[in-house]
Amino acid sequence: MKNKMTIKFDSISQNESFARNVIASFILPLNPSVSDLSDVKTAVSEAVTNSIVHGYPDSVGEVVMTAEISGNDVHITIADSGIGIDDVEKACEPFFTTKPDDERSGMGFTIIKTFMDEVKVVSKINCGTKIEMMKTISKQAV
Amino acid sequence: MEIGCKAEKNKIYIFFVGELDEYSSSKVKQKVDKIIDQTTVNQSVIFDFSQTSFMDSTGIGVLLGRYKKLKKLGIKGYVYNPSFQVDKILQISGIYDVMPKYKRG
Repeated sequence: MKNKMTIKFDSISQNESFARNVIASFILPLNPSVSDLSDVKTAVSEAVTNSIVHGYPDSVGEVVMTAEISGNDVHITIADSGIGIDDVEKACEPFFTTKPDDERSGMGFTIIKTFMDEVKVVSKINCGTKIEMMKTISKQAV
Repeated sequence: MEIGCKAEKNKIYIFFVGELDEYSSSKVKQKVDKIIDQTTVNQSVIFDFSQTSFMDSTGIGVLLGRYKKLKKLGIKGYVYNPSFQVDKILQISGIYDVMPKYKRG
């Protein structure tokens, strides 16, 4: 099947659950397993939280989520126009966090990379961050 | 997310009911810390995830913070009954090295 969608929402924490519930509904026609469904929901939650907490630390901006289904592949992009990431490679290291006093785990990108099949992070200081990810939803026996 | 607790002999169960993410985390930390503050040294704290429908890496940060607090107080902490989704995240985080899974005997 083929399908696509885009949503744009404010960078407020309440929208973390909104975004992951939207993606869950969107991929439901692929009849995903419980495991695949929770992997995609968790990855989206991590990426959106990243934009909200780190992209717009002191202001409210916009986060755009696009998703496209092509066959059994789901492509998802989470993009913000926030402050950007100085060193993407460093940000992706397990347990690396710029906010250790906030009790943040620094595991966001590690979880995204573990749960999705392909992940690409593009960021530019003062322009924003875009996380592109893809997962093939496994076909289930009916 | 709602937080509940139950005292049982030398154990305090802390229940995480609902979704634990960045939005719910600050209230969760406050409520759990209040319960921990009333715990005595001869008690263990069991973090009960039976009713947790969703958790992301924010939950790892919350648990690591509570672990540090418990360690300072000399209290042992355990994780109980996480769902498949929660368990996967906790495994990646390596938190079971410091707070093992509790098995009801």
